[in-house]
Amino acid sequence: MKQRFNILSDWFLERFPLSDLWNEHMAHYYAPKNFNIWYFFGSLALLVLVNQFITGILLTMNYKPDAKLAFDSVEYIMRDVDWGWLVRYMHSTGASAFFIVVYLHMFRGLLYGSFKQPRELIWIFGMLIFVCLMAEAFMGYLLPWGQMSYWGAQVIISLFSAIPVIGDELSLWVRGDYVVSDATLNRFFAFHVIAVPLVLLILVFLHIVALHEVGSNNPDGIEIKENLNWKGHPVDGIPFHPYYTVKDIVGVGVFMFFFATVIFYMPELGGFFLEHANFIPADPLKTPEHIAPVWYFTPFYAILRAVPDKFAGVIAMGGAIVVLFMLPWLDRSPVKSIRYRGGMFKKALLLFVIAFIGLGYLGTQPATPAATTMARMFTAVYFGFFLLMPLYTRWEKTKPLPERLTDQPTLEDRIPCVIALVNEVTDVQQTTDATGARITKRRPNPAGIKAVLFRFAKNLKESLD
Amino acid sequence: MKRILSTLLFLLSFSVNASSSGIELEEADIDLSDTVSLERGAKHYVTYCLGCHSAKHIRYKRIALDLHLDEGEILKNVAPLGAGIYDQMHSAMNGHDAEKWFGTTPPDLSLIARSRGADWLYTYLKGFYAEPGKPTGVNNTVFKDVAMPNVLWQQQGTQVAVIKNIDGHDVVTELKLEQPGQLSPREFDRMVNDLVNFLVYVGEPVQLERQQMGKYALFFILMFIVLAYLLKKEYWKDIH
Repeated sequence: MKQRFNILSDWFLERFPLSDLWNEHMAHYYAPKNFNIWYFFGSLALLVLVNQFITGILLTMNYKPDAKLAFDSVEYIMRDVDWGWLVRYMHSTGASAFFIVVYLHMFRGLLYGSFKQPRELIWIFGMLIFVCLMAEAFMGYLLPWGQMSYWGAQVIISLFSAIPVIGDELSLWVRGDYVVSDATLNRFFAFHVIAVPLVLLILVFLHIVALHEVGSNNPDGIEIKENLNWKGHPVDGIPFHPYYTVKDIVGVGVFMFFFATVIFYMPELGGFFLEHANFIPADPLKTPEHIAPVWYFTPFYAILRAVPDKFAGVIAMGGAIVVLFMLPWLDRSPVKSIRYRGGMFKKALLLFVIAFIGLGYLGTQPATPAATTMARMFTAVYFGFFLLMPLYTRWEKTKPLPERLTDQPTLEDRIPCVIALVNEVTDVQQTTDATGARITKRRPNPAGIKAVLFRFAKNLKESLD
Repeated sequence: MKRILSTLLFLLSFSVNASSSGIELEEADIDLSDTVSLERGAKHYVTYCLGCHSAKHIRYKRIALDLHLDEGEILKNVAPLGAGIYDQMHSAMNGHDAEKWFGTTPPDLSLIARSRGADWLYTYLKGFYAEPGKPTGVNNTVFKDVAMPNVLWQQQGTQVAVIKNIDGHDVVTELKLEQPGQLSPREFDRMVNDLVNFLVYVGEPVQLERQQMGKYALFFILMFIVLAYLLKKEYWKDIH
């Protein structure tokens, strides 16, 4: 019997390079050994992609892409299809989770310079994935055919009409009708379930192939391939499998914990993951008072609204994404990682993060004059971060790079620090009660908390220099 | 300068945002495990709401299952005469007539609790007050110039508004019961609360089951994390 299996597997392996593929991308792919928490989000993005594929396929089995039936078919899935509610919440929460994971993954790239030479192409493919993901999410959001689906699509498609000369014709062509209608729903369905996922899959493949060609970056931003041992393997590298497969499984567990918490206890997440107005069926005759896109588009939506002219706003919104593509060539710093950069970049990055989150918040709010002023300031910071980058990264004084990777402390190494911190911010009181048993009570210690906060602020300030 | 000031004020107003829009919402006491309240709510819904508002995404069978009621019981006590157990909660009124009578079709209420929220519904149903000029004779504190008449006026009685002029606007600050109804205010509050409780249940019938399931899912995932972490530690012990 065993021999038969061997013959069969030999037959297969002689015709397909399975073991080569496995070795090249898993067992003999050497990754830096000091990945920290930021490095979980790549594999998590892949996990969410698989989740979206599986739950999406299940949803199409009961969803009806028809303006008359769509809204009711979603409620049918939520109520009458066995486990339909779970599948639908996994898909809707998965959409938001995808953006959380991808934003953090991109931020990791910013922190450690993962977009810099020789990884420019990985960044480009990644950005294309991001653009595809936005298209995928936008089209998918129309499908439940609620008020926000409908009016969100109406607003975004009408942006095309801001383009001079061909604008009106173009938006008509995109919609297939003069307003968002059944024709729009049908074509968005086709794009959402077939066209864009296919492109997404190809881009993810290219992203990973390009990564494995040059190798992964690391929190120190130095090349591990420059230090090889006698076997020709990087001294500071470890095989992706089994080391990072087992490590990523822990990340998967932690991610699933948060994911399940949202699905089972707060699937709407206060109107951020599922907007309240989307529980009203689409009505072309009733414009909602306040149209806001889902949270992951709000930073770009805020940029669009911050610009007074509609066409200029569209350009600014598009520019906010295009400028990200150019990042590898805007950054002129000789070092990759934020650990060895000068203070200018750190401060600029902090401002950028504040601006991005601020824009995200403002995008969910109605555009009052004060909010618009704030959005303009944040938009200026957003573009300033990128467009001034060639200047401030060239001027700043960087720190010397290490020869070899620095150590990444494990969770257990940190336990003594955590205990010391808890001891510092609390007072221990021991009393004896009536029966003679000793009772230990911990109370917050204001002096300790003050000292810790003061130290934290001081460290933060120092780390920005 | 004025710009900067208004920007600062805008920042300040983040914290007090919720309270700035007129009358404050009263808090509904939602408890989906209280099946007796849900059953009363279902009965009130069929008696007072179903005439105009369908709830077409829920079936009587589903209500019977979720509230642990006998199928015969729900058909006898809750469902309108002639309804079958597999029927959805359909209204008898057709849209064309409704348009003629009220100027608008009364919306289906299957998902109203998810779009409006329980507290809004509770405040809305208690927020009707007499205003003689209106076609229905009433207005509402949270839904101005609503087309719906006060269906529960027999139970509630007649309320009048105390209107004050604040910053040049007439603002309803308080509602006073002018003429008591069949129910005392406390009984009426309970009735409205039952109704809202039922609407919250109808908005997502699976929510109780979902929350009960959640703890098992989270426990399983926690165990998974522990095992995965131990596995990782075992593999990584020779990496320095």
